[in-house]
Amino acid sequence: MRTVIAEDSVLLRAGLTKLLETTGFEVAAAVDDAAGLLAAVERHRPELVIADVRMPPTFTDEGIRAALVVRRQWPEVAIMVLSQYVEERYAADLLSTSTTGVGYLLKDRVADVDVFLESLRRVAAGGTALDPEVVAQLLVRRQNTPLDRLTGREREVLGLMAEGRSNAGIAEKLVVSESAVAKHINSIFAKLDLPASEGDHRRVLAVLRFLESASPSV
Amino acid sequence: MNAVLAPIGRFLLAPWRGRAWRDLWFVILSSALSLLPLGLIGLPWAFFAPSYLPSILACAFLPLLAAVLLGPQLTTLRRSAYDKIRGAQIPRAPHTARDAASAAAPFSPRMRARLRHPRTWRQACYHLIAGPAANLVGVIAGTMWVCGLICFGWLSAAIAFGPNWKWLSMATSLALWGALVCLVVVYLTPWLVMASVRWDLKFATDLLGPSRAERLARRVTDLTESRAAVVDAADAERRRIERDLHDGAQQRLVSLAMNLGLARATLKDLPEEARTALAEAHEEAKEALGELRNLVRGLHPVVLEDRGLDAALSGIAARSPVPVRLAVDVPRRVPPTVEAVAYFMVSEALANVAKHAQASAARVDVWLDGALLRLSVADDGIGGAEAARGSGLTGLAQRAASVDGRFEIVSPVGGPTTIMVELPCEL
Repeated sequence: MRTVIAEDSVLLRAGLTKLLETTGFEVAAAVDDAAGLLAAVERHRPELVIADVRMPPTFTDEGIRAALVVRRQWPEVAIMVLSQYVEERYAADLLSTSTTGVGYLLKDRVADVDVFLESLRRVAAGGTALDPEVVAQLLVRRQNTPLDRLTGREREVLGLMAEGRSNAGIAEKLVVSESAVAKHINSIFAKLDLPASEGDHRRVLAVLRFLESASPSV
Repeated sequence: MNAVLAPIGRFLLAPWRGRAWRDLWFVILSSALSLLPLGLIGLPWAFFAPSYLPSILACAFLPLLAAVLLGPQLTTLRRSAYDKIRGAQIPRAPHTARDAASAAAPFSPRMRARLRHPRTWRQACYHLIAGPAANLVGVIAGTMWVCGLICFGWLSAAIAFGPNWKWLSMATSLALWGALVCLVVVYLTPWLVMASVRWDLKFATDLLGPSRAERLARRVTDLTESRAAVVDAADAERRRIERDLHDGAQQRLVSLAMNLGLARATLKDLPEEARTALAEAHEEAKEALGELRNLVRGLHPVVLEDRGLDAALSGIAARSPVPVRLAVDVPRRVPPTVEAVAYFMVSEALANVAKHAQASAARVDVWLDGALLRLSVADDGIGGAEAARGSGLTGLAQRAASVDGRFEIVSPVGGPTTIMVELPCEL
């Protein structure tokens, strides 16, 4: 899979490159700032971009802004944003244009190599991967939304959906059967007034509701 | 011995010391300056009869008029005279916005403003009363001093030339007594001259310099500024440490954890013991990473600067082990210092809830009430928290005080506990 990495720490850039190359990814370019990232995407047209949030020159949210540019100009490119801290506000920005093919994870997650690579593949395949920390941050902000109608368990399931897990993954995490998960999910769809006809897209819509409820700015 | 001899020596030398003569010279000059406004008393009598009523009234009024009209100039003159002759710095009254406005105004509003300003009357009090009084003492003492010296010399000569000296013929015993009296005068008056100068300088400092209210106002401004600078410096320092850790230790730890993870995932054919050691190292690296992240984010979250309080609070609310409901209604950005104080107060309050309250839920509300940023942190725990005990709460109160904010805690035994904070947004 053709990948472009943007990360300003030399150590981590080299580490990520090594990790990806030993596990069957093709690293087309590894750059150290947002401008370099945009140039590399233009040139290599990768399937996947991995970007750090804090990069020169201001070391605030360069990575998020560059990711949004990539989303607009090359919507087919999947993006995984990594950061030392995750912030729900940045997640909301990132998901404001579309909720497919996008991930936002703590850098810590790189340590669990298998799970990280799986997240990368999922995002590249058009899925999402939101860090549990982001989901936790979004959960503290619910205010009088349809989400208030959900039970605690349903909220938990929705949170795991937002992280990008499949039904099987959610069942494993909550130690319940997959059919129980499916039941919860259907209940969530009903409570959020999502029509039954749209199939898999409803998952995305539910997650989007979840995110919207957290940040009125989206 | 020196302790006894030194004052005696000082006394014997007093009339001949440079300082005494310089002070006499100063008294003369200062008196001349006093005559500038006071001399106007005599002006009407140069033209009218002494008993003419308007001129009697005018004699009180004219110096006052001069003190008001020429007050600042007279003060400047005094100040530079004291500086040049006596090396004494009369402190300046602070230049306020009010002064700047009246200086730019045309003549009559400027004078009206001057009449209303207490400083004008304090300065007039010096130029017309306190200064001249001190000078008068100095002039009398100085005159007696100089006359004493002259008389002493004359009488000494009379004693030397005998009772029939052509310039002064008097009995030697009388001349001896006279000379003795002159000597006493010569020794006492220099002290009086120097004392009068000290009084003069004290009056000038008190009346021409800043008033007590002005000095206190100045001090409040200075302290407010220096406190803000200290708070800002602490903030900048936290930011620097955060940045250093972010660029250094954290990246290294991520890299380490990643390499350990990679080794764990790929090296499947290691002996059991090595695999266990690798797994333990991997888990520990991840834990260290998590702990460091929590510590560093607490130092100064970049998102606070970048997106404001609302965005930054999600992070601490989500990390709290006690479930938190967070509601923020702050439609505009408040000053960065206030944002930082509010952020750390919520952070510390939630840490306290987790540590002491045994609560099952907490609620954080932050909202803007005019120029006040208000926040409340409430939990359903066991209560009984006191601001006097527990360093956490003292820290909270100090943080609020660092920006002139108010901190209040309601925590009856048995709970619930509510912390309320008010932070003024205009510093």
